Amino acid sequence: MKSLLTFAFAIIISIPLMSQGYEVGDYATDFKLRNVDGKYISLTDYDDAKGFIVIFTTNHCPYAVAWEDRIIELDMMFKSKGYPVIAINPNSAEAYPADSYEKMIERADEKGFTFPYLHDEKQEIYKMYGATKTPHVFILNKDSDKFKVEYIGAIDNNYRDAEKADEHYVQDAVRSLLAGQKPDPDFTRAIGCGIK
Amino acid sequence: MYKYFLIFVFLAFTGQISSQEVQVIGIDELKEELSRKADSVYVVNFWATWCKPCTEEMPDLLRVEKEYKDKNLMLILISLDLPSMKDTRLPKFMSEYGINSRVLLLDDPDANKWIPMVDESWSGSIPATLIYAPKVDYRDFHEGIITYSELKETVYPLIRNKKQ
Repeated sequence: MKSLLTFAFAIIISIPLMSQGYEVGDYATDFKLRNVDGKYISLTDYDDAKGFIVIFTTNHCPYAVAWEDRIIELDMMFKSKGYPVIAINPNSAEAYPADSYEKMIERADEKGFTFPYLHDEKQEIYKMYGATKTPHVFILNKDSDKFKVEYIGAIDNNYRDAEKADEHYVQDAVRSLLAGQKPDPDFTRAIGCGIK
Repeated sequence: MYKYFLIFVFLAFTGQISSQEVQVIGIDELKEELSRKADSVYVVNFWATWCKPCTEEMPDLLRVEKEYKDKNLMLILISLDLPSMKDTRLPKFMSEYGINSRVLLLDDPDANKWIPMVDESWSGSIPATLIYAPKVDYRDFHEGIITYSELKETVYPLIRNKKQ
């Protein structure tokens, strides 16, 4: 009996060590990160939200830039329906001067971001989520006071040309959630810039 | 006049170093590159000229290629640059870095289709490197920068096996 308990305990302990970032079905951590307007933002600030489209993205990455307008579009499409976009820049300004907080402010202004663009200054949040590249999307659904991961992956299936994308993964996933269904697919891949 | 001649010679020379034509490929040709059958060790690296960690890693890849070229090591550089960079940024980068390896530009924006073909565990960040040796049934995938010593330690036993 004792060994069984020890075994169970060992499993519980090893779970956080084993998992590198989230998988669909996991609960995501909240955060408190600085927005480009200087204010700090947390998921719990959004009382009316049903969930979130969390996107790790950057200034410098050509893939992130290619998808930028579609990120704005997603926010405009789904913010009013309860799924706002929260963009997070996970890069260090030392590795990429173009991704500094000051440059983020410039970029958000230039492009007219309609969503918060947060700075993962300590580079802790992206690691907890398991983001490996930019852009990397995590769709969260509010589950009482927790945030359940419902989708991980790409925005759509053509980074180069929005017109030619014929699978709109994030749009479809949010629509499924709005209809009370599970996203399918709930995991996709795309090329992105490694986070540094 | 003499000065111009020197410039001409210089241009001709550097042009020759990396006069290699970059071939644009699609998903079918990629499949071929991932499943060659010869008695070689294949190092397939996914990169782009704008990707900083990729360019940091490049000299190490080239160094290992140089060291094992006579021992049937094949370095295949799959560029994920935009196709429009094929005749501009890419050749410039190649001559800057002295790249004579096989460079292929993969032109398929629907990465969700081909990423799992390379490796199921690949999330899609670059650089990423697949090392395989068909004759000894070896296959290893590495997401992120691979260092000179990691690559050499992986490749060395494969090449030794092959020789025995």
